[in-house]
Amino acid sequence: MPDQNSTPDTAARGPVMQPSGREVPVAEHFVAPVLDDEGRAGIETQLADKPSNLWRDAWSSLRRNPIFIISALLMLFVLFVAAFPTVFTSASPDSQCTLSNANGAPTAGHPLGFTNQGCDILARVVHGASASLLVGFGATLGVLLVGILLGGLAGYFGGWVDAIVSRIMDIFFAVPLILGAIVLMAVPVMRQNAGIVTLAIVLTIFGWPQMARITRGAVLEVRSAEFITAARSLGMGKLSILFKHVLPNAAGPIIVVATLSLGIFIVVEASLSFLGIGLPPSILSWGHDISAARPQLRTNPGALFWPSLMLSITVLSFMMLGDALRDALDPKGRTR
Amino acid sequence: MSTSTESTNPGGRRRADRAAAPTATGSSAAGPGNTPLLELRNVGITFKTTTGDVEAVKETNITVMPGETVAIVGESGSGKSTSALAAMGLLPENGRISEGQVFFHGEDITHPSRKRLIALRGSEIGMVPQDPMSNLNPVWKIGFQVRETLKANGLPHADKDVVQALKDAGLSDGERRMNQYPHEFSGGMRQRALIAIGLACNPRLLIADEPTSALDVTVQKQILNHLEKLTKEKGTSVLLITHDLGLAAERADRVVVMQKGRVVESGPAQALLQNPKHPYTQQLVRAVPSLTPEDIGAADEGDAAQEIVQIKELVKEYKIRGSWGRSTQFRAVDEVSFTIRKGHTTAIVGESGSGKSTIAKMLLGLEDITSGTIHVDGKDISTFSNKEWFGFRRRVQPIFQNPYGSLDPMRSVFRSIEEPLRVHKVGDAKSRKEKVYDLLDRVALPRQLGDRYPNELSGGQRQRVAIARALALDPEIVVCDEAVSALDVLVQDQVLKLLGQLQEDLGLTYLFITHDLAVVREIAHDVCVMESGKLVEVGSVEQVFENPRQDYTRRLLDAIPGKDLLEV
Repeated sequence: MPDQNSTPDTAARGPVMQPSGREVPVAEHFVAPVLDDEGRAGIETQLADKPSNLWRDAWSSLRRNPIFIISALLMLFVLFVAAFPTVFTSASPDSQCTLSNANGAPTAGHPLGFTNQGCDILARVVHGASASLLVGFGATLGVLLVGILLGGLAGYFGGWVDAIVSRIMDIFFAVPLILGAIVLMAVPVMRQNAGIVTLAIVLTIFGWPQMARITRGAVLEVRSAEFITAARSLGMGKLSILFKHVLPNAAGPIIVVATLSLGIFIVVEASLSFLGIGLPPSILSWGHDISAARPQLRTNPGALFWPSLMLSITVLSFMMLGDALRDALDPKGRTR
Repeated sequence: MSTSTESTNPGGRRRADRAAAPTATGSSAAGPGNTPLLELRNVGITFKTTTGDVEAVKETNITVMPGETVAIVGESGSGKSTSALAAMGLLPENGRISEGQVFFHGEDITHPSRKRLIALRGSEIGMVPQDPMSNLNPVWKIGFQVRETLKANGLPHADKDVVQALKDAGLSDGERRMNQYPHEFSGGMRQRALIAIGLACNPRLLIADEPTSALDVTVQKQILNHLEKLTKEKGTSVLLITHDLGLAAERADRVVVMQKGRVVESGPAQALLQNPKHPYTQQLVRAVPSLTPEDIGAADEGDAAQEIVQIKELVKEYKIRGSWGRSTQFRAVDEVSFTIRKGHTTAIVGESGSGKSTIAKMLLGLEDITSGTIHVDGKDISTFSNKEWFGFRRRVQPIFQNPYGSLDPMRSVFRSIEEPLRVHKVGDAKSRKEKVYDLLDRVALPRQLGDRYPNELSGGQRQRVAIARALALDPEIVVCDEAVSALDVLVQDQVLKLLGQLQEDLGLTYLFITHDLAVVREIAHDVCVMESGKLVEVGSVEQVFENPRQDYTRRLLDAIPGKDLLEV
């Protein structure tokens, strides 16, 4: 039977072999011309131009992501404001308040006007940034420590360790973050010691299960990989495997959740301060200012608007940053 | 053989004579017997990616005559599956046929209408996909899934038709099977169910994409025998996609070899195998262990060699948790005794679940021993203290199967290879660096590979890194758990040769766990055959291969694809 294995008009037609003698059907034996780069399937030594790994890949995709660029610039701006408030205003946020300026319109040197108490709005907004960020970063740090440790142990050791940690996690999950914080902050001991550190601790207490759950999941995924077995047969201890091999591989999702949590903690701090149970009045906070500006909303909306805008920008920048990081670090969400 | 089978279609169970099927006149004005059933003419397939268009398949010509079996062979990424999927209009969203034409029985189906495509699929072209574990919907009964196929193609779909389809595919008690869910089936049974679905509508062409690569060899043989019988009876053409040249040569009338998206050689199976013309095919034929066995590894010094490991009545039991805290014992390893000779390779072969990996894990101290003993150099490893274990681990190192999972993706190659030295506090930073470079040289990898990360390396390169890591502590015994099973044949051949070379140079002792008997013949000196936890046969390679004493061993040997071709 004739065989049209290579069309007659193909240039790439090689020598035709005639199978000798046998009863094999007379089919064409097509051989492609040998190209330079084939037939040499030796040890592959060619390498990509640039070394790459998860972080470098993530960075190169982040660099081209407008959301990341915008959110990173916003975040840097907020951090700069918090670190160097005097660059933006020379006015003092609390010691130069005079009631004669109450609800005053913007004047030279006070571009945003005055609050009900006669304080400079710009100064209050600028100086309020540090408290929000400190609470946010403090709580995130606490959540990272507790969440990674407990989640990592639960995921890596499994069994009864996992059972206990997971049940504790469920209990804390059942309490909404804000509600839990309100209740705990109302306890006298907490009230007396109210401050940035106390608030961060309270937020950590109710915020860690989220982080622990993510860590546990990521660790479970890595734990059965063969490189973990290889490390075990090297004689490495369980804890050193956990810290040297398992956790670094779980870093991606942990970073994403940490960034998102930071935004949430800043919101919660503002909410609690708004309710009057977060930071004490002696510490400047956007939440306080928003709360204090409420009665004069109709006459002096600027006093409420500016701290709210700063709060929104700060939270938005962390949330967007978290989203951008998730796109870059989570291979499942990556669109390639 | 490629005879005209159009008129001898016995599968008229559901479908009357198909000779009257409408065919647009193709370019060739040949008679009906000479019209190829499927013809890919100069086909190019392009994928759109974020980094631009990638031409995955170029200038590819593949012809399948009616009643003929054609195999496409190539390594992963050679474009063999892509070509076949294109014929069925199953390319992914971002892929398209950018060049050439596809003809089905003379009709141009390069860019078919949706309607025509749906009509073609199932009834004209059937498909048996690769992975039997993921290609059946777990929430529907098998019968439902077969019925769905019949229904979609407008064929009678009463219970008896479903049962018949299952029976045809070799699931004899179809009445019972159709009411079972996929998870109640073994891998082989699932593959049969998929074959039932693929052939349910008596297609004229069956595309089988690695239909048996996930199965044990003995099951593979049964399934392929059955598929062959079935397609012969019905006169179905088969386009078989496989990475296994031996299997292709054994089962197909004609073989098409693809490399990097191009057809490098195609022709009658026998001719191509015995007289490969293209250098790539020649390499491929040489690399297939079952076709050209060669001796790799150190020379056998006979019985003079010292026994380094003695395993006596080794038992491993697992508790299987039942309901209400009841548990039953499962014996994964059942009173196994054998010895490993120093400087030699002992292979443990068996099908999946035979307990071969469990033995390796016990020797590596990764699993506790239930009873029995393992003596290494006369010392019972179960009596080791933690400190003794730590020292012992320097002498026994593993190499695992999955080249993608055996290296920490967050560590550079250099740090991965260096890690054993750090853990065991060998040398200082400078001497460690020298050692790592030395190891990279040994496994024939360039030194600048050191700062790369595993995701940049190919499977073969990763496996070389894993070997380098295992050798970092100068072990005496290396346990290779399916160390070459996941690699393409050419790469597998290279890695096996490397292992053989290292054995000769360093006097290594290998415990080689594998399901592939062809590989065993190449590398091993002694063979242990395991069946469901028990050791059924032990002996030298020559004894076991020339003169198998057990039925089971014989069956395993018979099932090596391409085995008979050797004697031709």
